[in-house]
Parts: sequence; C-alpha cells; structure tokens
Amino acid sequence: MKKKTKKTSNFSKNLITVIMVALLYAVVAVALYTGKASRQLSNMLIPISAYIVMAVSLNLVVGLLGELSLGHAGFMSVGLFGGCLLSIALADVLPVAVRLPLAMLAGGLVAAVFGLVVGLPALRLKGDYLAIVTLACGEIIKNVITNLKFTGGALGLDTSPVYSNAKTLLPFAIVLVFLTMIVMMNLKNSKYGRAIMAIRDNRIAAESTGINVTYFKLAVFIIAAFFAGAAGTLYGHFFANVKAASFDYNMSIEILVIVVLGGMGSVRGSIIAAIILQALPEVLREFADYRMLIYSVLLIVIMLLNSSPKFAEMKGNWSIGSVVKLAKNKKKSKEAAENEQ
Amino acid sequence: MTHFVQTLISGLSLGSIYALIALGYTMVYGIAKMLNFAHGDVIMVGAYAAIVAGSMLGMPPIVAILISVVVCTILGMLIERLAYKPLRQATPLAVLITAIGVSYLLQNVALLIFGSGQKAFPTLFEIPTITLGEVVIDGITLITLVVTAIIMVGLTLFINKTKMGKAMRAVSEDKEAAGLMGISTNRTITLTFAIGSALAAVASIFYGATYIYVKPTTGAMPGIKAFTAAVFGGIGSIPGAMLGGILLGVIEQFSKAYISTLWADAIVFAVLVIVLVVKPTGLLGKQVNEKV
Repeated sequence: MKKKTKKTSNFSKNLITVIMVALLYAVVAVALYTGKASRQLSNMLIPISAYIVMAVSLNLVVGLLGELSLGHAGFMSVGLFGGCLLSIALADVLPVAVRLPLAMLAGGLVAAVFGLVVGLPALRLKGDYLAIVTLACGEIIKNVITNLKFTGGALGLDTSPVYSNAKTLLPFAIVLVFLTMIVMMNLKNSKYGRAIMAIRDNRIAAESTGINVTYFKLAVFIIAAFFAGAAGTLYGHFFANVKAASFDYNMSIEILVIVVLGGMGSVRGSIIAAIILQALPEVLREFADYRMLIYSVLLIVIMLLNSSPKFAEMKGNWSIGSVVKLAKNKKKSKEAAENEQ
Repeated sequence: MTHFVQTLISGLSLGSIYALIALGYTMVYGIAKMLNFAHGDVIMVGAYAAIVAGSMLGMPPIVAILISVVVCTILGMLIERLAYKPLRQATPLAVLITAIGVSYLLQNVALLIFGSGQKAFPTLFEIPTITLGEVVIDGITLITLVVTAIIMVGLTLFINKTKMGKAMRAVSEDKEAAGLMGISTNRTITLTFAIGSALAAVASIFYGATYIYVKPTTGAMPGIKAFTAAVFGGIGSIPGAMLGGILLGVIEQFSKAYISTLWADAIVFAVLVIVLVVKPTGLLGKQVNEKV
C-alpha cells in the first residue's frame, strides 16, 4: 500500500513538471508565432532548450549514476558536427521537417558512439579518474574537430545553408525537450533507474545483488551522450557558423553548474536551473560579467551546505526546490507559533 | 641531430615545470585522497603575484619570487581550510565539484582584477644563453633544470628523513592510525597543501619566465597536463610525479617538433587515456586493492 502511494506521488510530481514545461512552451510559442515575442526572447529559445536537454542528460550521469563527466560539451560537439554535416549534405534534397529530425537522430547516434568509445575505458575507472578521462576526451574531441578539414577547421563549420530561425526550430526543440524529459523520468522510476542509483550508492552491494555494473554504466554514458548529440545538432542549426573551440571544458562546467544548482538527480530542478542560468545573463547585462564568478561561488556554497557535517542540521538537498520548501516550512511553523499564542 | 637535442632540452625544461606542478597534485592526492582541481590556478595566481611585485611595484627579482611563493603558500592553505576541510567526510563527487568551483573562482577573481588581456611577465633572471657546439640553451632553461633537480632532491630528503615527512607518509598510508599515533592529521594535510602550493609558485616563475605572457586562464592547461603527468607516473608517488612530468614534457615537445603543434594537446591527452586504461596505477604507482 505504501509503495503504491509513493508511486502515485512520483507520477504526479513528474506530471506537474511536464505540465509546467508544456505551459511555458505554449506561452512562448503563442508569443513567437503571433509576432509578439521580442528579438531577445526568440534568440534565447533554442539555446535554452538545448541547455535543458544537456543538463537533464548530464544529470543522468552525475545525479543518477553519481559519476562526474566533464566532457559533456564534447559529446554535444561531435553530435553537432555529425548532425549538421548530414543536414548540409541533404539541404537541397529534403525539406526541414524531415531533414532536421533525421539530422538530430544522426547527431545523437554519432555522439552515442563516442559515448561508447569514452565509456569503455572509463568503465575501469571511477571518481576523480573518470572525471579527468572524460575531461581529456572532451579536449581531444575539440582538438581533433578543430584540426580536421571537413569540419571547417579552426574557422568553424559554415552552417548557413541549414540555418533556421527560432520559428522553424521551436517545434523540434519542444519535441526534443519532452522526449528527453520523459525518457529521464521514466528511467528514474524504472527498474533500471533503481539499479543505476544502487550503483551510485554502493557499487559493491549493487554488484553483489546481481546488477551488471558495466552494462548500466555504459548504458548511462550512451544515453546521456545521445541526447547531448541531438541537442548539439539542434543548437548548430540555430547559428550560421559553429566552432568546435567553443564546446570546451568551460561549457561542460557550465552544464555541471546547472545540474548542481538544480539539484542532482532532479529533472525538474535541471530544467528550472537551465532556464534561469541561461536567461539571467541575457536579461541582466551587468550580470554577464560576473556570471562565472557567481557560478563558482554557488558551486562551492551548495557543496559545502550540502555535504559538510557542520551544516548537517540544515541537511536536505539544497536546490531551488528545497529552498522554496524551506521557506514554506518556515512560514508554516511561524503560523503554527502564532496560532499557539 | 641538433634539432633532436634542442627538442629534448626544451622538453626537459617543460617537463620540469610539469613535474613541479605534478608534485603538488600527487602529494595532496596521496594525503587527502582528493584531486585538487584548483592547483593549476594557484600557478596563475603565483605568476600574477610575481608580475605585481616585479613589474608594477618594481621590487628586486628575488623579492618578487619570494612574494609569489608566500602568496601561493598562504592561498593553498586558505583554500584547504575554507573549502576542503569542511568536506573531509563528504563524498568524492562533492569534493571534486567544490574543487572545480574553487578553480573557477580563482580564474574569475583574476579576470576581474587584471582583465582578460595578457600581462607580460617581468624579467627576473638575466642569464646569457649557453652555446654547446650547435645546441643553444636558454639561461632560463638551465635554471629551470637545475632548480627543479635541487627541489626534487630536497623534497625526497624531506619526505624520507624528517619527522614531518614521516608524518606525511603515515597520514597518506592510514589517516586514522596516524591520528592514533599522535600525528595531527589536519596540520599535516595543511602542510601538504602549503608545500604543494609553494612548488606551484616556483613552477609559475619558470612558466612565466619561459612563456612570458600570463592571463587568467594560464593555469588551467598546465594544471590539467600536470595532473596527467601525476597520473602517468602513478598518483600518490613522488618519484612518479617527477618521472611522469618530465616524460610528458618531452612527449609534448617532440610531438610539437616532429608531428604538429596543432595535435600536441590531443596527443598528450591521448597518453593520459591510454595510461589510465592500460595501467591505471601509473608507472610507479602502488596497486591498491579495494576492500569490501
């Protein structure tokens, strides 16, 4: 009986997230297609959608599997170049409606293959070593793409033949975001998700109950890379020129900040944090200069509050959601105190 | 042949810098079991400290070097106290993310203070180049090699012969048991950070003197490469860090000279991936068995 209520609460929680995102996109879509959306908003839509997908997929690795991947931007980059190259090749043959999903699928698959290639050696490693190997792989990917001829070299790939504006791309972005969200939510609540979390909490215990650690770790890497690649392809179509150099270690960290700030393992948190962190520097220009400084302070403070025994009384996962909850609880206890009086 | 020897010497010089930085990584990893991601950025701070003291305030070179070392040592201890010490019992993931945060904090504070442009490193050493036959050795290269060799001998003696070195080895072996033997673990860890950061300051002086220009992200790449070197040599092992650093520097310079400058970084990182896959313990690392 207890189990059942928990399941329904998980379900309703996910439903709320889905409805929230759907409403948000509905409002934005109406604004965009009636021409009421400002230039700034339509410029932000596609990158934010891409970042949501990136953050939710990285959350699978960091939050669910408990391993740090610092090469997520690298997967995005290979997916972007794979997908966009295909898209450019097919630009005259197929209309956008067919070409773009195909390119996104191709980009995702290319990235998934890289996820497999990076994941295989990474399987033997964990913790710091895994982080540094993913970082190294991300840098290798960047370096190789920058030096290859057919990817445009250091000047970047000219994606202007397949460039599309926000109005064309938004439906695809919405589909991709929902797909990512639903896959992650279902995975988290499934047998597989619990197996992955068991590996995170205690690898040896998980192994002894018959969970195939290798299989699940690899699967997580491949799925996360797939979505990163698909998001990359979408991202690439929104610009007339893309350089591999911009998908570096800094970008991986930026996505990591979103995941940590949103709450590790929380799909909803990642989405909210992605929107806030991407929109803030656009809205507040003065903030842009201090953006990375604030991110770094946030990372440290969240980690200290979350993991230090000194702050154990305040424990609970510190994220946007729990701050709201804390505020609510405080309000409640205040009301309770007033009632007593 | 001349080209080969010349490349070898520049490789040794770069390798010495990597080795100095790698020592900081490996000592901290050996004792605190954490990857101090911010170590690379301590180098950047050291270089800026030398620029402020040497160029802006016009202090004599030796004072500038001392200031750089002192600033880095204090910074290393401060980082340990404020960011890492509260997380002693936390999961490795939390510590690693904090370390990344510290690294970014240092870079961005430097960015705010000094701007994103390059600053020229002051001329601290004025040593004539030496010509041996057709091989030309820069004065700074020579100093780098000599000083690194002295530091390595000194550090090895310190670790193996002094009481504090013994305490450090004990803590890295078994923190609890060391505590029970009356060793102050916290003080030992802080000392390790201090030594590692001081070595980073020395590395920053040589780095600045060799490559002249410094910017806020200067520390990141050598930092990651030095970590690669530490892993290559076997993390936690001091001779391993020295060997790994020098080998990596030589590999990098040879790939630059004989393959392509563009591919050098990819090759260095490929070395890291290969080492970790084939022999995760590194060249001189100890095999650690996982206990259930």
